[in-house]
Amino acid sequence: MASNGIRDRVAIVGMGCTSFGERWDQGVNDLLVDATKDALASAGVELRDVDAFWLGTLYSGQSGLTLSRPLKIEYKPVSRLENYCATGSEAFRNACYAVASGAYDVAMAIGVEKLKDSGISGLPGFSAPGDGTRAGLTAPATFSLLAPAYAKRYGVEDATLKEVMTRIAWKNHKNGALNPRAQFRKEVPKDTIACSPLVAGPLGIFDCSGVSDGSAAAIIVRAEDAHRYTDKPLYVKALSFVAGPAAGPMDPDYDYTTFPEVVASATDAYAQAGIKDPRQELAMAEVHDCFTPTELVLMEDLGFASRGTAWKEVLAGTFDLDGELAVNPDGGLKSFGHPIGASGLRMLFEAWLQLRGEAGQRQVASIARGRKLALTHNLGGAPGECVSFVSVVGSEPSR
Amino acid sequence: MNGIVAYGAYLPYFRLDRKAIGDSLGAPADKGTRSVASYDEDTTSMAVEAARAALRSAPAARPATLYFATAAPAYLDKTNATAIHAALDLDASAAAFDMLGSVRSGAGALRAATDAARPALVALSDIRTGLPGGADEREGGDGAVAFLLAPDSPAAPLLAAPIASASVTAEFLDRWRLPGEPASRQWEERFGEHAYVPLGAAAVADGLKQAGLTAAAVTRWVVTGPHGRASRRVAASIGAAKGAVADDLASSIGNTGAAHAGLLLADALDRAKPDETIAVVSLADGCDVTIWRTTAALAARSRAATVAAQVAAGMPVSYATALTWRGFLQREPPRRPDPERPAAPPSFRGESWKFAFTGSRCQACGARHVPPQRVCVKCHAMDRMAPERLADVPATIATFTVDRLAYSLSPPVVAAVIDFEGGGRFQCELTDVDPAAVKIGDRVEMTFRRLFTAGGVHNYFWKARPLRSR
Repeated sequence: MASNGIRDRVAIVGMGCTSFGERWDQGVNDLLVDATKDALASAGVELRDVDAFWLGTLYSGQSGLTLSRPLKIEYKPVSRLENYCATGSEAFRNACYAVASGAYDVAMAIGVEKLKDSGISGLPGFSAPGDGTRAGLTAPATFSLLAPAYAKRYGVEDATLKEVMTRIAWKNHKNGALNPRAQFRKEVPKDTIACSPLVAGPLGIFDCSGVSDGSAAAIIVRAEDAHRYTDKPLYVKALSFVAGPAAGPMDPDYDYTTFPEVVASATDAYAQAGIKDPRQELAMAEVHDCFTPTELVLMEDLGFASRGTAWKEVLAGTFDLDGELAVNPDGGLKSFGHPIGASGLRMLFEAWLQLRGEAGQRQVASIARGRKLALTHNLGGAPGECVSFVSVVGSEPSR
Repeated sequence: MNGIVAYGAYLPYFRLDRKAIGDSLGAPADKGTRSVASYDEDTTSMAVEAARAALRSAPAARPATLYFATAAPAYLDKTNATAIHAALDLDASAAAFDMLGSVRSGAGALRAATDAARPALVALSDIRTGLPGGADEREGGDGAVAFLLAPDSPAAPLLAAPIASASVTAEFLDRWRLPGEPASRQWEERFGEHAYVPLGAAAVADGLKQAGLTAAAVTRWVVTGPHGRASRRVAASIGAAKGAVADDLASSIGNTGAAHAGLLLADALDRAKPDETIAVVSLADGCDVTIWRTTAALAARSRAATVAAQVAAGMPVSYATALTWRGFLQREPPRRPDPERPAAPPSFRGESWKFAFTGSRCQACGARHVPPQRVCVKCHAMDRMAPERLADVPATIATFTVDRLAYSLSPPVVAAVIDFEGGGRFQCELTDVDPAAVKIGDRVEMTFRRLFTAGGVHNYFWKARPLRSR
């Protein structure tokens, strides 16, 4: 893999995250100002101390002006970028590289999305003029293609698979209930989840992530400067981002039980971070649980479970908050909500809290036992045609 | 003169029980069923399906002209036959003409193709609508039929040759519709009968005289027209031999307007033996009679998807659904964005893909690509592709979903990832399918549909349906 990485060259020294949800009383500008204020305060810096900005948003504004206008940023570089649902992670990645290159001392990555002003269910469309030949499936439908394929390949009964999906949603709601910033802050009984109205394939509404508004931001500096800002920085161990050839929908060899893009980005990230056994080395993972079958498949693609076994591990509670490897301790996309551009940074925000011991009731026990690494995984697109991002951050520099 | 060298019929998959109309409207119930074009079909898409069936049985044929007739065109001003031409992947040098608006245009298109100096493909298609509770709604039917007319040749021998054709024309007001109206109007039924019966008698007499036949000597009689009572009276008074008048499919399919005489001729050809005579009497704004004599080659014709088999197939549709599909019942749309209208330039650039379903095959490694690509997904060779049409290649479902959120005139959307025999994969909608019955491994075939209409543009493309045509 032609990726050298920037292990331990940059660090996160401040983060902010708004609460996610149906923020009827807040516009894009309000969300951006709030997340920025929190991140700046967390790092103990002023807006003028930030040298460059990366703004991630899919629909909520175009160009750097979307950020510079509400914040009155004066004559500094502000990039706006988009990479589907991995947009927030992509903003973070670019800001990290800018600092690592030496071009800037302090950078801010911020993601935002305002989905609830559109008046529709799910995500709005955003395609260029076309010939009308692309199947107009919704996001839950494309991800639901995983379910029958996984069940068939591994001989899992449909009812058992539904139970697995339900348990993933139940776990993430349980975690989110402990999170004051989450969109859904209630535990949901398994029966309610399993019997919720169907949206696509076997997916009920409780198998889908929340459609929400929100923003999250991170302040990034060179690692050697980190302790000038905070006693507990997070060191960036690995950043991997890949776009696949979108071959799945045209290549019969793709079987809809895996995301090859995730496997590629995880392999790259583990090499950058020097991770041999993620399940044993990571304290926690925030993964892209846009729909429950996605989280199931990700457990295998990220190397947390061997092929064909994640469904058993889910049922056994391996990825519960108090399980062997906590996955989505903050509630994930499922219950924290999924304001597209903000989600990648929201995942890092949970790693920030957890590795600093600030996650309160959600605090993952393995950190006290000495685990010091967290993983975030963010993807965009659909099975067979997606972009995938994996980061590893840690509370200590490597020796 | 041309004769019939190939033919094919297409009946939509759905049947409306006439009893359901009476039950819903609190009116006396009628008997039988009528065919109902699905929400994703129109006269153009059904014409494509019928013409595909015809051309499948004459793969070597290259029609030089396409005539398309319907009383319910999808577009005005713009030719509809061009979409059919494109979907059939006909030669660019083949002309494509519409004959639109009236039931008699069906008889006209078939006559023009018979008289043509070149091989001609004729596609007759109709969707018959009427106001709820009316006779047109109840007695109409939807369907299409296509004939390839050409001189006899070893590659495509005649199945039937015309031995007589007669017409009588008169101007009178029996039924009519102003452009844009959802239903036709009719004069008093007995006036139409008064006008039609003598016209029918005159045309039949002329046809029989030309053919040198007596009515009793004709093996099969097809007598039809939008005026049911007049048609039945003409049929009864011809002097046909007992049992020689063919079933007019009124009780199962209904009257398919501009397509109906052709549909009944196809049914008669399905049932006929060599060296029979079939007289087709079409009563519409006059009377057109053609008498055909079947040939020995008829014995070797394709037996796939006969009219009778398609009549026997089909799935019930509720009255409320049928009303919704035809636009008589406006339903609450999903809280989702309206579909984007297809843009003209990309549709034009991709005509062979969008209309003919032509993918590509890598000449370096043989991998098939749907849609066509410039760079091979397998070996990454650039610009080594050759076009390959997959419209007639069966496929198998690799995985699938039922999308209850996506926009559709008839939710839920059923979609599948399908793998084609001989390579290639595509993700598309399934149609004419029970969502609860779809399984991985099911076999499907491609069908040409109108996916939706947005911004005044019909979005024609292909879907997959359970394999039925062979």
